[in-house]
Amino acid sequence: MGKVDCIVIGGGVVGTLILDELAKTNLNAILLEKENDVASGASRANSGIVHAGYDCVPGTNKAKFNVEGNALMWKLVEELHVPAKQCGSIVVAPKEGLKGIQELYDKGIKNGVKVEILDREKTLKIEPNISKDIEYSLYAPEAGIVSPYKLTIAATDRAILNGAKVVLEANVNKLAYNNGEWTVWSTNGIYKAKYVINCAGAGAARINDLAGACHYETEFRRGDYFVLDSTEGKAVSTVIFPLPTEKGKGILVAPTADGNVIYGPTSVATTEGDTATTLDGFAEIKKNVALTYDKPNFRKIIRTYAGVRTIVGHDFIVEYSDVVPSFIQILGICSPGLSSAPAIAKYVIKLLEEKEEVKYKDDIVQLPKKKKLLELKDDELNALIKENEAWGRIVCRCEKITEAEIVQAIHSPLPATTVDAVKRRTRAGMGRCQGGFCGTRVIEILARETGKTISEIKKDMGESQIAISRIKED
Amino acid sequence: MKYDVVVIGGGPAGMAAALKAKENGASVVILERDVRLGGILNQCIHNGFGLHYFGEELTGPEYANRFKVKVEQTDIKVMLESMVLSISADKVVTVLSPKEGLVHIEAKAIVLAMGCRERTAGAITLPGTRPAGIYTAGAAQKISNMDGYLVGKKVVILGSGDIGLIMARRMTLEGAEVKLVLELQPYSSGLKRNIVQCLNDFNIPLHFSHTITRVEGMPRLTGLYYAPVDEKMQPILSEEKYVECDALLLSVGLIPENDLLNGMDVKMSNITSGAVVDEYRMTSMDGLFSCGNVLHVHDLVDNVSEEAEIAGACAAKYALGELDNKGNKYNVNAINGVRYALPQVVYSGEGKVRIFFRVGAEYRNTRLNVKCGDEVLLTKKYQIVAPGEMQHIDLDKSKITGDITLELEA
Repeated sequence: MGKVDCIVIGGGVVGTLILDELAKTNLNAILLEKENDVASGASRANSGIVHAGYDCVPGTNKAKFNVEGNALMWKLVEELHVPAKQCGSIVVAPKEGLKGIQELYDKGIKNGVKVEILDREKTLKIEPNISKDIEYSLYAPEAGIVSPYKLTIAATDRAILNGAKVVLEANVNKLAYNNGEWTVWSTNGIYKAKYVINCAGAGAARINDLAGACHYETEFRRGDYFVLDSTEGKAVSTVIFPLPTEKGKGILVAPTADGNVIYGPTSVATTEGDTATTLDGFAEIKKNVALTYDKPNFRKIIRTYAGVRTIVGHDFIVEYSDVVPSFIQILGICSPGLSSAPAIAKYVIKLLEEKEEVKYKDDIVQLPKKKKLLELKDDELNALIKENEAWGRIVCRCEKITEAEIVQAIHSPLPATTVDAVKRRTRAGMGRCQGGFCGTRVIEILARETGKTISEIKKDMGESQIAISRIKED
Repeated sequence: MKYDVVVIGGGPAGMAAALKAKENGASVVILERDVRLGGILNQCIHNGFGLHYFGEELTGPEYANRFKVKVEQTDIKVMLESMVLSISADKVVTVLSPKEGLVHIEAKAIVLAMGCRERTAGAITLPGTRPAGIYTAGAAQKISNMDGYLVGKKVVILGSGDIGLIMARRMTLEGAEVKLVLELQPYSSGLKRNIVQCLNDFNIPLHFSHTITRVEGMPRLTGLYYAPVDEKMQPILSEEKYVECDALLLSVGLIPENDLLNGMDVKMSNITSGAVVDEYRMTSMDGLFSCGNVLHVHDLVDNVSEEAEIAGACAAKYALGELDNKGNKYNVNAINGVRYALPQVVYSGEGKVRIFFRVGAEYRNTRLNVKCGDEVLLTKKYQIVAPGEMQHIDLDKSKITGDITLELEA
């Protein structure tokens, strides 16, 4: 592989949005991701909230990128056909919480965010099911929700269409800068570039160390979540937060962009990569949800998950290293990282513009909108089925996903190669039966489309094969 | 497309209902989402089916085939790979299939026979990692019996439902080591015969009042912690134990798959998770019938077939305008240890009506009383009665003069 302008390390939402931005310019770029799909870390498991930006300390990178990112997000998701909705958020508080609400309001005004303090009556008009003790809320109409992994995947797909390269299963294990260029060694090839952009998320401090850049101490905090059935999807129309604490924004109740509802996250100190949920976490969610929301329906839980926030100091770090040359370090992108990612990507281009002539291409290729069964009119659907009967074959019963949609995902610009990669792209297996019926069908389709055997098909990362052997075989 | 009776689901319930509807003179279509008729029976390759209905012991596929052959001898239309997307209030069934595209079928009567789905790791909020190696017992059964692959070599099973018990034996026979079966309740929800034949015969330990506190391993399951539970069903963490395993099968409950009814004005039971039906198995929506595991979860397919025959016959009669009922309508209530009784509505008249019921816990030396007002219509003694085994009683319809109550004697 020849030399490129930029190597982006890390296929999370930050890395892929940077790649997407780079692919629109004259700079050529390659992204190295250590797992077998993008969105394999925090970008797959978070709250999916596009924060308005009222609770960041004014003057910080967090405040700046959050507010700018929110403004950029809504056009971006439209271009990339990513499920999202600017549904607004409320921070709710009992009577004694008015001071906290007022403080948030003041920060919001300083950060340039549209905010409003509402009494109970006005809050009820926005969210009829807030809990009985709630007297005040801070309403931020510009907040919203987005599917974080679909955003990451769509950005990657568009970047590839515009000439960027993505190398999966490329865990970076050595970096060196010699004669004006970086060499990056990985478990899937050696790459050379003028610039390295480190957005390795949980592993970013490690990449900094390998590159000889500044060493940072990283903290990890895990958050457990419940996902509720889409039958609950209409129960909540806005994002409901409690008053934030030192530990974070607290346990929220929110609709998801794909039509479910989530309760969570907790916030517990942990180690890198620990996404195991806990009984304590579940109990904490149950206790806290009731403080803000009057209609929790734990019987409708269809899934639990946990995500890990990577925290480096108090603010986001997005800058050139002052130790090694041509090395942009992006560290500690915890909350509001998803909301900030579009702005961080633009800012990285600005950083590059300081040293390079960056020109945006005139002929940027846009992602075609994928057809979905549930969005098609009868005659459109029948015409499609005539052409390709896979459009008439429903594989995922709960979410009504056809074989055609699954095949499409497998042959995307960044192909889905695992059952969970198909799930993230199509929602097959994300419904109430959690793949109980369609899981084996998806394996068969993956095997057929990729020329692999059934026992080679993985659930997710690493050696996660589902059918481990033929029966009676050792 | 127009049919007298549209049967949704081509498993044991759907086939039996369709055949009876045909026998009663209706035009019938079966809409089956899989590539073949038979439903979940196709993956139940063990025997024990048909003892009541056929008087002999068959495997699941054999049982299904008896009905399939009969269906093929009729002019019942069978649409395979056909998924129903919606049912309208005026009984238009919208179905999608690769061969026929999107089709709207006008039905005079509809029989729901979609079966059930399994509760998942997510639904029971299983704590720990989310690795490969955790499957519902039915999914593991399909991978094993239909596809010919093993999902693990060292297996733990959570829940002692029948599929879990059957899979304990199956995995053992296929060369895996089943380390233990854990059951949250102090009793099994499975059939006694399955505990004997699938666990005891293979020396597989079954721990009642135990649950999993944490699963471990990423990207593959490597083991799990389990503990006994107190009387509030909370795990006693000081007694937590670890077991190494690479597969965990869940047999933690079946849920009638009534998602098609979401948003429809059909009265549902929050105990069975199925529709509320009368003795014809008709729901609160005129002309909409329900039977089999989509109505309530059965332990024996033989009962499914019988129930479906009632639904199929009555659906045909309804479609042909022959379901005239002149009796008075009465509710059937379940109290004092009886978890539910079905049908929930009966009519006075002639002949007998069979009421099925399940108890809420294991009871010994108890007596069931069936009352109509203060009058005891029937009483029946049980040495042992458990939630895992559906019971029934037959009532003389002529004796029904008011709402019926089923209760266990204290």
